[in-house]
Amino acid sequence: MSFVKIVSLSLSAILVENFIFVRFLGICPFLGVSKKTDTAVGMSLSVIFVMTVSSAATYIVNRFVLVPFDLGYMRTVAFILIIASLVQFVELFLMKSVPALFHALGIYLPLITTNCAVLGVALLNVKKELDFLGSVINGFMSGVGFAIAMIIFSSIREHLEESDHPKAFEGFPIALISASLLSLAFMGFQGLSIFN
Amino acid sequence: MTGILSAILTLGLLGLLFGLLLAVSSKIFSVERDEKADRISECLPGANCGACGFAGCSNLAAAISEGKAEVNSCRVGGTECAEKIADIMGVKAEAAAKITAYVKCRGGDRAKRKFNYDGIRDCVAASKVAGGPLECSYGCLGFGTCVSVCEYNAIRIEKGVAIVHAENCKACGKCVKACPRHIISLQKDPKDINISCSSHLKGIYLRKICDIGCLGCSLCAKACPNGAITIEDNLAQIDREKCVSCGACVKVCPRHLISDASESFSEEIKSEKEGSI
Repeated sequence: MSFVKIVSLSLSAILVENFIFVRFLGICPFLGVSKKTDTAVGMSLSVIFVMTVSSAATYIVNRFVLVPFDLGYMRTVAFILIIASLVQFVELFLMKSVPALFHALGIYLPLITTNCAVLGVALLNVKKELDFLGSVINGFMSGVGFAIAMIIFSSIREHLEESDHPKAFEGFPIALISASLLSLAFMGFQGLSIFN
Repeated sequence: MTGILSAILTLGLLGLLFGLLLAVSSKIFSVERDEKADRISECLPGANCGACGFAGCSNLAAAISEGKAEVNSCRVGGTECAEKIADIMGVKAEAAAKITAYVKCRGGDRAKRKFNYDGIRDCVAASKVAGGPLECSYGCLGFGTCVSVCEYNAIRIEKGVAIVHAENCKACGKCVKACPRHIISLQKDPKDINISCSSHLKGIYLRKICDIGCLGCSLCAKACPNGAITIEDNLAQIDREKCVSCGACVKVCPRHLISDASESFSEEIKSEKEGSI
């Protein structure tokens, strides 16, 4: 895989096909955990981690189990199984060996178990016919795109708390409106393809 | 038919494999959890308010079980909660000091208005308009911003001024932060004596705009047997370390401004006066 291809893959995963603002996946944690910047950062780091690891794991299962047995149609079910048990395993592993990291990420891990953004990455890797390295890079960079969206939005929300807006818009409505405006900005990258 | 079979077998095996992996790893990576901490967190209120200084109830429970925090650290749970935790930890609970919030103003309807305020019924908003509708720039505005932030229904506006009802107050400190005039403070003990005025205005001027504010007459300072009261910047201040809550100052204050949170002294004075009449 050439360097140019990697850069192109990364940029498109972060900006052009941003999971939250363009694909509208992972909206639940996006709205739920974005009230404060530090929790948003914690959640984003967990998502980056889980997306990378699950990209690798699902690639292996897809390549060596599903494809040989001609079970492409069972992909979604199999991937849910893989991601859920992988996250559970990582949680157990972290609790024992890296308690500090567990306390930082631990509360977000169960939230990610059945997150559609994570499943989306795994399915898109297959759809895009990426190789192992490509899948891992795509997973990692999609996570970074998720993190950027989370951090931008959480800092906006922190300012929204103090801003002056009509009572009817307080809380969730104003958050949804600002999310849609933010999404418009990312839509500007639509149709952009880099180096290919 | 073979398609269905192979699908069932492959996914079944995959599931079995992951199930075994999780089962084995849960044995290998099992962490000994502190049972005490679990039992303590059951006793805690679970509000995760952070008033104890820890990130949440479970963190406090862990700290207590390791002996890093006192059994009576939870302000919200109060004595009952402290006793339960003390049982678990096998120590004797010293009753958690009942901390309450206290509003240092009695003005309200007795304070003169600068103008009629018709805006948003909120202290922060009102205090932004020409320094607030009251002549006194220190007094309680009475729009109840503290009431709306209080989750325990412990503050009420009575006669235009906020009053904390000590029995409901959990000392979470939200009202302290919310008050734009900064006249609410937390006090360690309901028996603590307070001067219920925050005005640093000169007595001559204050007399014209408030029927009850502290004039800085220093009668209380003279009455205090321990020299705990000083007049600083036209307002009586109490040195908590010297004050023994004897109530000598309460009786001499011409404005009846000094009292403790439960107002037991003022009750006494009232009954004395009624008796004399």
